Amino acid sequence: MMETGQTILSATALSIGYSSKKGKNGIASDIHLDLKSGTLTALIGANGIGKSTLLRTLTGIQKTLSGNVVLNGKSIESYSPIQLAQQLSIVLTESLPPSNLTVFELVALGRQPYTNWIGKLTTEDLEKIQEAMSLTQITHLAQKKHYEISDGQLQKVLVARALAQNTPLIILDEPTTHLDLLHKVSLLKLLKKLASETKKCILFSTHDLDLALQLSDEMIVMNSKQTVQDTPPNLIHNGILNSLFEDENIFFDADKAKFILKNL
Amino acid sequence: MHQNSRNRILFTALLLSLAVCFLLNISLGSVHIPIEDIASSLSGGQASKNSWEIIIWNYRLPKALTAILVGMGLSISGLLMQTLFRNPLAGPDVLGLSSGASMGVAFVILGAGLLPPFLSSFFLSPYGIVLASCIGSLIVLAAVLVVSQKLRNTMAILIVGLMFGSFTNAIIGVLSYFSTAEELQKFTFWSLGSLGNQPWSNILVLSICCCIGLLLSALCIKPLNALLLGERYAKSLGINFKKTRLAIILATSLLAGSITAFAGPIAFIGLAVPHIAKMIFQTSSHYILFWGTLLLGATILLICDTVSQMPGNDFTLPINAITSIIGAPIVVWLLVRKRKFMI
Repeated sequence: MMETGQTILSATALSIGYSSKKGKNGIASDIHLDLKSGTLTALIGANGIGKSTLLRTLTGIQKTLSGNVVLNGKSIESYSPIQLAQQLSIVLTESLPPSNLTVFELVALGRQPYTNWIGKLTTEDLEKIQEAMSLTQITHLAQKKHYEISDGQLQKVLVARALAQNTPLIILDEPTTHLDLLHKVSLLKLLKKLASETKKCILFSTHDLDLALQLSDEMIVMNSKQTVQDTPPNLIHNGILNSLFEDENIFFDADKAKFILKNL
Repeated sequence: MHQNSRNRILFTALLLSLAVCFLLNISLGSVHIPIEDIASSLSGGQASKNSWEIIIWNYRLPKALTAILVGMGLSISGLLMQTLFRNPLAGPDVLGLSSGASMGVAFVILGAGLLPPFLSSFFLSPYGIVLASCIGSLIVLAAVLVVSQKLRNTMAILIVGLMFGSFTNAIIGVLSYFSTAEELQKFTFWSLGSLGNQPWSNILVLSICCCIGLLLSALCIKPLNALLLGERYAKSLGINFKKTRLAIILATSLLAGSITAFAGPIAFIGLAVPHIAKMIFQTSSHYILFWGTLLLGATILLICDTVSQMPGNDFTLPINAITSIIGAPIVVWLLVRKRKFMI
């Protein structure tokens, strides 16, 4: 079992964006990140500020413009696809294509990086799948088709799939969208529990600022000028959150730890 | 588990029905041959009449084997394409693969006169026709794939497939306008589709192509399962997407191309059989679907062929007509019954 506080993913002097034949189109630069095991980190920022691009870069889908992303002591670009799949698992917002997959089969797909060419599940694989399903409390859904369950349950199933992949780092892209408050809270509490109990490093992007402030260990705040990583109390104290939305009608009330609307 | 025992029963039933359909297919035809004679002839003994022996070994057995190969190949290529394109309506005929193969064959048969003699004699041999047909379907599939990279919308991909189909048909039209009556007749007979009249050498070539295609498909079973979650999840699971896509394209082109070269364009099998398999087995797992589709494809085409030879009559209907008559209503029924089509 890993120790808490060990660096899993780090980024130094990272610039992200798109490079094409016409030249580089930078979105954000000078990003320094340090994600540690056993911590739940939230990535927040306004729409279009580059959260998705940052996540795509951190997951190795997109190349960096400059700077380094280091995952477990190795540059992320030097991993082969199968090695990377054993280090990093993802949960996406996009809906799944229609299929007859059961919850069990869906979670079992998380074992693909470890199975042989035909994908045979060994006893160890089955244990990991059971463990992932019981940690996320979805064991009773195992034989249901994935389209028969609610959105909140489906998110848990997708988290279980990522857990079954048994990676030190899990990255979730806006896992709380489409969920009501109750299920948002229960999902984030689940992520927090997983981070502290399984010592995983979990990064998620979200627009639920209040919940993220209350439930995450650390936050990465992206605005048009800078990208800052710190603990929620420090971010509040330094007034970083106030700069999140460049709109004078929205300001962050440090005492209430909440965003307040003005001039209504 | 409950699921496993159900699947075991289903597979046993499928294997049995394949065996029954195989024997039935051989025993029925314009000449009646008792089933005992067929069994003894196939198991190495002698049939009671010498002429029956010839009919069985030179006509009916090759035709039954061709039906099995064609059924398996087309159904599997349909299954692969439905998962790759994440589109339940994909299939070798819908996406224009069969038209592409037809175009290849049309170039060879109708354009043979334009080639130098040594080339035309090669291209008119079974190997040449297979090669041209595979190249034709490969070109169309590659074109559809390039376009599908630009268009994320799956409906658009189908329309593009249809457009490629009409495009290739137009080219065939132009070619036939300039060809001789003899060439045209040859091409027309080919395009009606036929499982029969295949010499053993053709069946050998077809079996080799189908075996390679099916083996390549079997290697894709694991990545295909990952693709059920979509491309991005599949990549995050360590699947080499480009390699998998290439393998799927090569396998489907080889299968659809070689089958179309020998048996002509056969509609609906590639589209309908994977859906029937999905409905029977109630799963999306390709470990089960692969074998289920394989067995079901062979069985269904044997049935279609048995129907097409009109037991007790002297004439044979074109196999393409039968597969469409049986296949089209099945697809409509599937659409109506299950509003949400499954990959």
